[in-house]
Amino acid sequence: MTLDQQTTIPVSIDELVARTAQMKKEGNRLVQIGCTKIEDNFEINYVFDKDFVMTNLRITVKQDTVVPSVSSVYFGAFVYENEIHDLYGITVSGMNIDFGGHFYRTTIKHPFSVTITKEDT
Amino acid sequence: MSKQITVPFGPQHPVLPEPIHLDLVLEDETVVDVIPSIGYVHRGLEKLVEKREYTEYIYVAERICGICSYIHSNTYAQGIEKIMNIEVPERAQYLRTIWSEYSRLHSHLLWLGLFADGMGFESVFMNAWKLREHVLDDMEATTGGRVIQGVCKVGGVRKDISPEKLDEMVKGLKGMESDLRDLTDVFLKDASVIHRLRGAGVLSKEDAYYLGAVGPTARGSGIETDIRQAGYAAYGKINFKPVVEQSGDSYARCAVRAKEMFTSIDIIEQCAKKIPEGPVEVKVTGAPDGEYFARAEQPRGEVIHYIKGNGKKNLVRHRVRTPTFTNIPPLVTLLKGCELADVPIVVLSIDPCIGCAER
Repeated sequence: MTLDQQTTIPVSIDELVARTAQMKKEGNRLVQIGCTKIEDNFEINYVFDKDFVMTNLRITVKQDTVVPSVSSVYFGAFVYENEIHDLYGITVSGMNIDFGGHFYRTTIKHPFSVTITKEDT
Repeated sequence: MSKQITVPFGPQHPVLPEPIHLDLVLEDETVVDVIPSIGYVHRGLEKLVEKREYTEYIYVAERICGICSYIHSNTYAQGIEKIMNIEVPERAQYLRTIWSEYSRLHSHLLWLGLFADGMGFESVFMNAWKLREHVLDDMEATTGGRVIQGVCKVGGVRKDISPEKLDEMVKGLKGMESDLRDLTDVFLKDASVIHRLRGAGVLSKEDAYYLGAVGPTARGSGIETDIRQAGYAAYGKINFKPVVEQSGDSYARCAVRAKEMFTSIDIIEQCAKKIPEGPVEVKVTGAPDGEYFARAEQPRGEVIHYIKGNGKKNLVRHRVRTPTFTNIPPLVTLLKGCELADVPIVVLSIDPCIGCAER
């Protein structure tokens, strides 16, 4: 049973692309990139897997931070990066396929950048 | 070089039950580039964690998809249980495994029917869906639901299956097995099927791995990846080997799915033999405080439910990465070099589930 091996490593934005390239060099596949809003900050998790061992590189950014794309390292990253842009409004620079905010069609712009509780509706 | 033209494919197309749009860049009849576009059925289900308590949210998680609904609820429950250190009874783990494999069976039969229909192979379509009815009947008899089962909960499962019913289910599946063998043989040995699928939409092993392919799309390219091997639910106590094909073409992906159905029947049979007596749920109190990436093997491949809680009833985040979402970049790659006429069946060979992908 190795499923529980999950490690989260905080990294800075400056080292993100290099660390991602290192993960690829070590034979990891990109599992997913996902964003979580924590008060005024956004955690972005870059999750990799090799032999059922997950490594999660985490950057913490503000709404106006420009995040570099890792799609030059992992081609498939563009789906996650466009999703983060469309749902959270975070700018990702240098994506190999940039949908310009039209990857998802939402009635509210960047709907996941605000919190709507049960009491608000 | 020939002049390039762009041909739109989808979002509405006879072979697509759900909307995805592809801009196909062609030189003569050959696809040289593909730009995918989704977003037609984005529902924002993940956002509902802000309004639904974590115990209620399992109903939302189950409704992410109408095909692998059960496995979504199972994976979500696994994530919450891991964060809260909940020990799920062993009998419940076996029941979860049985229903997961029933889900795989019905999903693969659904795909086989749709795929055959996409090729004009109507007899396979009708026979696949006839067999699928048997699977759905068992799902309904044991859970109460054909599409949405509602049987999985945080801490276990809501219903038990009696030993007599388990015997009956195994006998029914064994009885169905010979029909299924005939059906898959007819399909995989058919000269037209072989002619159309062999060499179409080839995805190399390296591309499959680094583009993030999962499930039959990865296994059809020679990658032995199957999250069931990691041993969640009762899979750690079951003997099985993932089905792997090497050629990476559309035929290989179809063969993986066809053969996996027999593995599912075998797993259900093993579970019925090994399932222990005991309770099927434990009482759950408190709220999750922590984070976890829960993983499971859906019919289309690895699904991830990222769950983050802060000790309150509402989760901070529930993020789902479905297999179809991560299979989009491989689809873009494997379509390059295809003939335009082959695009519909090559797209179907990854068994896309768009509702699932967009959530």
